[in-house]
Amino acid sequence: MLIRNLVLCVFALFSVLGCSGQKTDSKPTISVWHWMTDRDPAFQALAKKYEALTGIRVNFELYAPSDAYSQKIRAAAQGSNLPDIFGILGEKRDFASFIKAGHILDITSYMEADNSAWKGQLFSKALAVNEFAPGNSYGINPGIFGVPIDIMTIQMVYNKKLFTQLGLNPNRPPRTFQEFLEIGNKIKASGMQGLVSGWGEVWMIDCLANNYAFNIMGKDKVLATIKGEVPYTDPDWIRVFSLFKQMQESGVLAKGIVTMINKSAEQLFANEKAVFAFNGSWCVNVYKGMNPGLEYGAMLPPAASERYPISIWGGAGSSFMVNARSKNKDEAVKFLKWLTGQEQQAYLAQETNNLPANKNSLARIPEILAQFSRGMDYATHPNIWGVSEFSLVIEALDRGIQSIIIGEKTPEQVAAEVQIIKERELAKKRAR
Amino acid sequence: MKIKGVLENYTFILPAVAIFSVFYVIPFVWVFQLGLFEWDGISFARTFVGLQNFKEIFFQDKSWWQSMWNASYITLIALTFQNILAFMLAWACDREIKMKNFYRVIFFIPPVLSEVVVGMAWRFIINDIDGANIINRTLTGMGMPNLVHNWLSDPNTALTTVALVHCWKGFGWGFLIFLAGLQTIPRELYEAARVDGASAWQSFRKITIPLMIPVMVLVAILTVLGTMQVFVLIVSLVGGEFAGHTSVPVLRILASMRGSSRFGYACAQGITFGMVLIAISFIQYRFSKGRQ
Repeated sequence: MLIRNLVLCVFALFSVLGCSGQKTDSKPTISVWHWMTDRDPAFQALAKKYEALTGIRVNFELYAPSDAYSQKIRAAAQGSNLPDIFGILGEKRDFASFIKAGHILDITSYMEADNSAWKGQLFSKALAVNEFAPGNSYGINPGIFGVPIDIMTIQMVYNKKLFTQLGLNPNRPPRTFQEFLEIGNKIKASGMQGLVSGWGEVWMIDCLANNYAFNIMGKDKVLATIKGEVPYTDPDWIRVFSLFKQMQESGVLAKGIVTMINKSAEQLFANEKAVFAFNGSWCVNVYKGMNPGLEYGAMLPPAASERYPISIWGGAGSSFMVNARSKNKDEAVKFLKWLTGQEQQAYLAQETNNLPANKNSLARIPEILAQFSRGMDYATHPNIWGVSEFSLVIEALDRGIQSIIIGEKTPEQVAAEVQIIKERELAKKRAR
Repeated sequence: MKIKGVLENYTFILPAVAIFSVFYVIPFVWVFQLGLFEWDGISFARTFVGLQNFKEIFFQDKSWWQSMWNASYITLIALTFQNILAFMLAWACDREIKMKNFYRVIFFIPPVLSEVVVGMAWRFIINDIDGANIINRTLTGMGMPNLVHNWLSDPNTALTTVALVHCWKGFGWGFLIFLAGLQTIPRELYEAARVDGASAWQSFRKITIPLMIPVMVLVAILTVLGTMQVFVLIVSLVGGEFAGHTSVPVLRILASMRGSSRFGYACAQGITFGMVLIAISFIQYRFSKGRQ
């Protein structure tokens, strides 16, 4: 009887406590999903600072590697379970798909409030990556849909010590393609390794090929090719493909570059085993971690033609988007505005060695990052062209260049193969 | 009364049927259904294209069939070199040799290692500029400098190198299964054969081989299923598809999903690949039944 009463009392007590009103916290918690392992500690520190300032908790959740993150975001989009703030890894068409599905908030009005105060602080090329212009080919209403948190440029770097060993001036990197090839001959003769890059993962080949396409035929002709108005068998494109053959023959490319992953390329350059590397500005942090004493400089890819300026890929390094279905979207936008403020951006640049998206935060960056930032004047990116090449064409182009480097195919053969796939994809598009 | 008994029996298997349906049948049907659509994997809208994706796979996608050929080549090497090696080592360890338990442990280390670790380790062993270049140094030391080259970056040797590393990693599984099979053969059969004057080779040919056929079929099916789906090792060894020379079906499916955002097409590729594997396994099974 006693036990029965005791159980009843405990049950009654729990019932009363369970039914009592919960203490509610009026401040929301903002959840952010990201993939940036190197930036996570800095994000966590900034989140704490923001909570101290506003009382709003920001929960940064890291999902790495980037492939796994990318899949997680897609799965969450399908289930409408996206966090308040997230980033998208992929091409502009993926970005457009997210917008079309109603997952991303148009933040133009926030950016343009107070005489575009927020927008004015950010690099315009970084914003352009997150912007859809009127009449864009993706069918998206014009506007800004993402906030850049840093910027990047993809350029070449060279080892100053190895330059001296080769009898070259360490403060004068090659400016023309011919000079570059001549250094290749010296590299070959000395037994050193030349250019290293993650060309086994292919997209960086596409990047360099596009740099030279802009240099040889200009932006208009490159875009006309993407639109299907100029064939890949055009002599200018064959010249672009031929550059890779020339690089291979001169010895300026490292051995095994076609199967090299970018991490290996970074290790080789950081360990002073390669004279050149083709890499993004994120490499500054990587090299610092691998070899703090590395003496190197950044340079534009040496120009192959004087007709048009060389262009490099650059713009927003990483961007965050606000979930249009989030109940905390206003708070999320406020947080991103704070995160891209001058002081926070300077802190991020200092801690992570990435270029800040805020123009006013450049003052405190190291010299090598400043060299990368000067490349922004030459920066372009497929995400701001307004048209996208078919992914199967890009794949054929990348594979074709790999075949040229290993001496399996000629530039003409590759051009013809790429054009066949281009025509097939264009026919499919027309049929739709 | 009879119906009640039947229903009772079905009730007992209902949980298993439910679990099998939820985790196997429904996903398979769903993936097949997605293969009939053009879908980017993000939008809620999907466009029905019927069998167009399958038609493209069978009649237009040369890189898909190249990847199937590459995977078949690796599988062929695994079926022959890897399994013969596994069988011979298992046969040796089944006999009364010194330190056989030590060998059993050693042979089973590669299969328990992660494919990424194995790939990175072999990349370091093989590669010259970002590795120890051990293979080429050995060849030079043995007076064969003409054979020295980039094993992973040469289209003539990349796939074979990948296949051999895969065999190194995978032979331990075959070794264990073969060893277990060999230990089930009654020793009396060998003793009776010896009393009848049979040589070691005759015992091996007339007793070991026939009694091991079911085990060999099992190992062969597992080898085909495991090897055809290889891809992590390739990514860690050569970075990816290397101008198509090391392309395999799983990498093509991933390229369709991630690179091209063609989820519907990737599902159709997955279904096609699955059906090919089922067909191969079925043929192997029927062949072994016929032999028995």
